[in-house]
Amino acid sequence: MRTRQISVSKAIVEALTEEMQRDESIFIIGEDLVSHGGIFNQFKGLPALFKDRIIDTPISETSIVGCGVGAALTGMRPIVDMHFADFVTTAMDEIVNQMAKIRYMFGGQAKVPMVLWAPDGGGISAAAQHSQSLESWFVHTPGLKVVVPSDPADVKGLLKAAIRDDDPVMFFQHKKLFGKRGAVPEEEYVIPLGKAAVKRKGKDITIITYSRMTSVCLEAGRRLADIGIEAEVIDLRTLKPLDFPAIAESVQKTCCAMVVHEACLTGGFGGEIAACIGEELFDYLAAPVMRIGAKDVPMPFSPVMENFVLPQVEDVCACAEKIMKRKRK
Amino acid sequence: MHSSADSNAPIISISASRKKAILKKMIQIRQFEERAGELFHQKLIPGFIHLSIGQEASTVGSCASLRPDDYIISTHRGHAHILAKGADPKYMFAELLGKKTGYCKGKGGSMHIADFSLGILGANGVVGGGFPIMVGAGMSIKLRKTDQVGMVFFGDGASNRGTFHEAANMAAVFKLPIIFVCENNNYASTSHAKVMVAGGSIAARAKAYDMPGYTVDGSNVLDVLEVVQRAVDLARSGGGPSIVETATYRYRGHFEGDRQEYRTIQEINAHRMHRDPIARFEKLLVAYNTINLDYIVKIWHETAEDIEKAIHFGMESPLPAPEDALKGLFVNS
Ligand SMILES: Cc1ncc(C[n+]2csc(CCOP(=O)(O)OP(=O)(O)O)c2C)c(N)n1
Ligand SMILES: [Mg+2]
Repeated sequence: MRTRQISVSKAIVEALTEEMQRDESIFIIGEDLVSHGGIFNQFKGLPALFKDRIIDTPISETSIVGCGVGAALTGMRPIVDMHFADFVTTAMDEIVNQMAKIRYMFGGQAKVPMVLWAPDGGGISAAAQHSQSLESWFVHTPGLKVVVPSDPADVKGLLKAAIRDDDPVMFFQHKKLFGKRGAVPEEEYVIPLGKAAVKRKGKDITIITYSRMTSVCLEAGRRLADIGIEAEVIDLRTLKPLDFPAIAESVQKTCCAMVVHEACLTGGFGGEIAACIGEELFDYLAAPVMRIGAKDVPMPFSPVMENFVLPQVEDVCACAEKIMKRKRK
Repeated sequence: MHSSADSNAPIISISASRKKAILKKMIQIRQFEERAGELFHQKLIPGFIHLSIGQEASTVGSCASLRPDDYIISTHRGHAHILAKGADPKYMFAELLGKKTGYCKGKGGSMHIADFSLGILGANGVVGGGFPIMVGAGMSIKLRKTDQVGMVFFGDGASNRGTFHEAANMAAVFKLPIIFVCENNNYASTSHAKVMVAGGSIAARAKAYDMPGYTVDGSNVLDVLEVVQRAVDLARSGGGPSIVETATYRYRGHFEGDRQEYRTIQEINAHRMHRDPIARFEKLLVAYNTINLDYIVKIWHETAEDIEKAIHFGMESPLPAPEDALKGLFVNS
């Protein structure tokens, strides 16, 4: 397969361009999309290509998301830009009570094929209201699919799948990854929702992660290798549907696991994975499943505190070593 | 809707010392913002900052009608509001620089400065986040039977949040002592208010909520003061809320580093040259012999010195300890 190195931003634009050319019912709606191609330049060039299908709105998130729902119900495939994932809070009814429930509640009469695209995550000194990782709220809401990609190739393939999906998809795009480059295939491809990827092979310990923490875990994997620990890093890519078979296959081999996410620890998705592993794979486990997440506080502004709150490579390494020490032979 | 103060009307009757204080505050804000921009571009201020250079008359004129025990709620573009309500620039710079001595101990940054002891109930990173909170402060004033008032600042963009409409209605229903001050600087990030605000006037929306609505030239500080004072007097005397819309303009980008492809340099320069609120006020005060040019030079100089001292305080202050991040989540932590 021929590839080239492109950024996540470029991957987003490619995915959207290809899909919008393929399907005229797709449109993008949100704030500040047209003049600069989105506040993160994530839609650069698209306004010129798809004039009436990139729509700037007033600052009215409740109605922006609701507009997506209504349009999806009536034959369109909206992509709703949330500006910052933190602002989902201003449209929670539309997301949780409407978008997620309409199909089921009305006995399957309708479908809601929309993507809610939300840049999330910390690490840019944007403080408490612009830095959150809120994916577990939506995993906890039946009716939503949740995508959390980590590199350009996955972003492109998963965004295309999310757009083609007939159900509502929350697409969390980490803000620190826009500039991240990686190999992306030349030819067209789609990555199905619900398929994890092994991003590093190893026999000693399984590290389950997603989004920006994938690169943190891969770096930890390299450092652990230096001290003789071969970590297998699984990038979940989508939390719902969850690829539990991929987790099981790895844990059956390594007999121990840890979960790493940027969202704060308590109530985070790591707890769900740990519970599933405990229920399904208890007999294979040679050590307790451990979790790493951000500390349970709103994101502080000052970088010294923010770095302390966010999981770092050192934290991942220390946790892996601890598990390896405890691992029954 | 009431129209703005007649611009040919004689200069409103406030004392010379109050006029001087107003001028001084506008200059302080201008210098604070310019230096904050420089520190940001020198990479000393992390994150992102939104400056309000050009909007000083709107903010200072509004706050000049308030008492120290009145409340304000600010926005993402909040430095000016906070200074105008009396905050100390040194704790503000310390906060912008992420220092332990900052107003919020380095936890808030530019978008989240507050000094509750001065009635500043916080800047807000969520556009339109302040309206409902001000309804609560207004309800509290009413229940506590004081004669305080609350002023919530917002932009043209924020007027399109549902929270604005809910809060305006609730404030009117309960006759709460609230002044909704919309600083209409024409833009919400990249979007022009002409395109995004149906009907074109935010003050006109007051009619729907059965409260007074005023539009005022936001580059004329005395006009702003006169109109806002009317709204404040009404609120203080139990007459309920008002909306004041100030026509203003920001010279800098939406945030520092904004490419500003949505407007021209000529447009910005036209405002700077012909409608600068500080230059206009200085000219007026000189024309009325309230002050002379030497006095103006002196204030700019003194204020600049104070700002440098405040920056020095911020720069010399210690960083928080990493573990400080875990403190202060609850009352007993
Ligand atoms: C609920 C919400 N939506 C979007 C944003 C992103 N945002 C920050 S400032 C801004 C524009 C605000 O415009 P306006 O209210 O006119 O205030 P100004 O920036 O002109 O002072 C936007 C869209 C936000 N912070 N909160
Ligand atoms: Mg504005």
